[in-house]
Amino acid sequence: MTSLSPALGVGGAILALVLAITVAAPWIAPYPTTEQHMLDRLQPPGARFLLGTDQYGRDLLSRTLFGARPALGLGLGAVALGLALGVPLGLTAGYVGGRFDDLIMRVVDAMLAFPSLLLALLIITALGASTGHALLAIGVANGPGVARIVRSATLALREAEFVLAARVRGERHLYVMFGEIFPNVMAPVIVEATLRVGFAILAGASLSFLGLGVQPPAADWGLMIREARQYVFLSPWPLLAPGTALALTIVAFNLFGDGLRDRLGAT
Amino acid sequence: MARYALRRLASIALILLLVSAIVFTAIHVLPGNAATLILGEYATPEALRTLERDMGLDRPLVVQYASWIGSVVTGDWGVSLAMKQPVATIVGYRLRNSAFLAVTALIVVVAVGIPLGTVAALRRGRPLDLAIVTATYVGISIPEFVTGLALLLVLAGPSVGLFPTSGYVELTSGVTAWARHLVLPATTLTIVLLAHVVRQTRSGVADVLAAPYIRTARLKGASPRRIVLRHALRNALLPTITVLALDLGYLMGGIVVVEEVFAYPGMGRLIIYAVQNRDVPLLQMCALVVASVYVLANLAADLAYAWLDPRIRYS
Repeated sequence: MTSLSPALGVGGAILALVLAITVAAPWIAPYPTTEQHMLDRLQPPGARFLLGTDQYGRDLLSRTLFGARPALGLGLGAVALGLALGVPLGLTAGYVGGRFDDLIMRVVDAMLAFPSLLLALLIITALGASTGHALLAIGVANGPGVARIVRSATLALREAEFVLAARVRGERHLYVMFGEIFPNVMAPVIVEATLRVGFAILAGASLSFLGLGVQPPAADWGLMIREARQYVFLSPWPLLAPGTALALTIVAFNLFGDGLRDRLGAT
Repeated sequence: MARYALRRLASIALILLLVSAIVFTAIHVLPGNAATLILGEYATPEALRTLERDMGLDRPLVVQYASWIGSVVTGDWGVSLAMKQPVATIVGYRLRNSAFLAVTALIVVVAVGIPLGTVAALRRGRPLDLAIVTATYVGISIPEFVTGLALLLVLAGPSVGLFPTSGYVELTSGVTAWARHLVLPATTLTIVLLAHVVRQTRSGVADVLAAPYIRTARLKGASPRRIVLRHALRNALLPTITVLALDLGYLMGGIVVVEEVFAYPGMGRLIIYAVQNRDVPLLQMCALVVASVYVLANLAADLAYAWLDPRIRYS
C-alpha cells in the first residue's frame, strides 16, 4: 500500500466535501434558496447571512450550498452520456478496424474540430435553453473525445492473447468487446472520465452564465454569477461565493483525475 | 516536405467537408426550420408552405446541403435574419476583432509561458517551481467568466478605473484607447491558457536537460546560459507548438465567454447573438468559420512541426 499522493488526497477530500454538501444541502442551508429579504439586499457577510445576500436579499450561503446539486448533476450526467456514446463507438471502431474504423475516426476528428462549447451551442439552438438540454448538449459534445481514447486503448489489445483465445473459443464479438476487452481498458477510461467531469461542470456553468443553461430562479453557480455581474461594483460577494465554490470543485476534479492517472499509470 | 504537406492538405479538405455536414445536420435535422423561425409560431400553414418553397426548404436535405455548400464556396453566405445584413460582412468584421484579441493573448502566453516554464524546470522541486506550477494550475481551473469579473472588480472599478469595463473602440480613434479595451479580455484569456504552455515547456526542458548531449555541452565548458538558450530550448520547445495549436481550440471556446463578459464585439458574442435570436444563416456560417480556423491552425502547427523536425515527415 503506497501512501496517497497530495493530488489524490487534496482532490479527494474536496470532492468528498462537495458530495456531502450535495446530499445534505436541505439540512445545512439556513434559508430556502428563493426566500427574499428585501430589506437586506446585497449585504456583506455577517451574523445573519454568513456569506451575505444577493440583489433580492437571498441568502448566498444557502444558494451556494444548493448550487452544488445542478453542478454535480450536470457534470456527472453529461459525462455518463458521453461514456454511453463514446465507449461502444470506440470499442467497435478499435475492434472491427479497417474501413469501419477509418470512417468512424474521420467523423470523430471532424467533431473534435469544434470547440466543445460551440458544439453544445449548436445543439441548444436547435432544442432551446434548459438544464436538460444543456446536459444533453455537453454529453454529446463529450462523446467523440471518449471514443478516441477507448478506440486507441482497444487497438492495443486487439491482438492480445486473451482476446485471441476468446475468439478461438468461439465467443460472440459482442462478448469479446464488452466482456474481455472493456474491463481491460477501464483504467484510462476512468481517468479520462474524472477529468471530463471537471470540464463538463465548467461547460455547464458557462452555458448557465450565458443564459443558455439553468434558468432563474434556480440556485446554480453559473446563473448566480450571471446575475451577480450587474452588481459586482456594489457588492463582490454574489460573485465570490459561487465563483469560489465552482473553482474549488473544478480544481478538485482535476487534481483527483491527475492523481488517479499517476497512480494507475505507475502500476 | 511537399508530399507531406499535400497529404495533410487532402485530409484537411475531407475534415472540413465533414465539419460542414455536422453544422448543417445539427441545425436542419432538428425541429423548427428557418421558415418557422422567420414567421413565428402563429404563422398559417399556407404561409409556411409558400415561404418554405421560396427558400427551397421543401427539397431533400441532401440537395439543400449541396446547394448551401455551393453558395458558401462561391462567397454567397446569405443574409442574417436578425440583423438584415449580409452574413459575410458581419462575420468579416467580427472575425477581425476576435483575431486582435486571440493573437494578443497568444503572444502574451508565449512571451510569459515559455520563460516561466523554463525557470520552473531549472528550479525543479524548489519553492519557485512549486509556486509557478500551483499558480498556473489554479489559473486554468477558474472559469473564464469568474477570472474576467474578478479582474474587472480589481482593475476597472469606479475607484480604480485603470481600464474600461467593457466595449471596443476602433483603431482609427486612437491606438491607446483601442489597446486599453483589449487589456482585460486578453489578460483573462492569457491566465486560462498559461498552464498548458508552462507545463509543456517545463517538462520539455527538464527532459532535454537530462539528455547526454547537454552533459557534453556542460563538460566542454559552455556557460549555463548558453546551454539553456542554445542547446536545450531548441529541442524542448517542439512539443510546445502542438500545445499552442490545441490551445487555439480552448481559445475559441473561451472567447465566447470572455467577449460576453466584456461586451467585446467579436465572433464569440456574435455566436451568442445568433443562438439567442435563432439566426440560422448567421449561426451556421459562424460555426463553420470557427471550426475551419481551428482545423487550419492545427494544419499550420503540424507543418511547422514537420519543418522543424524532419523525422515527422517520413513516419
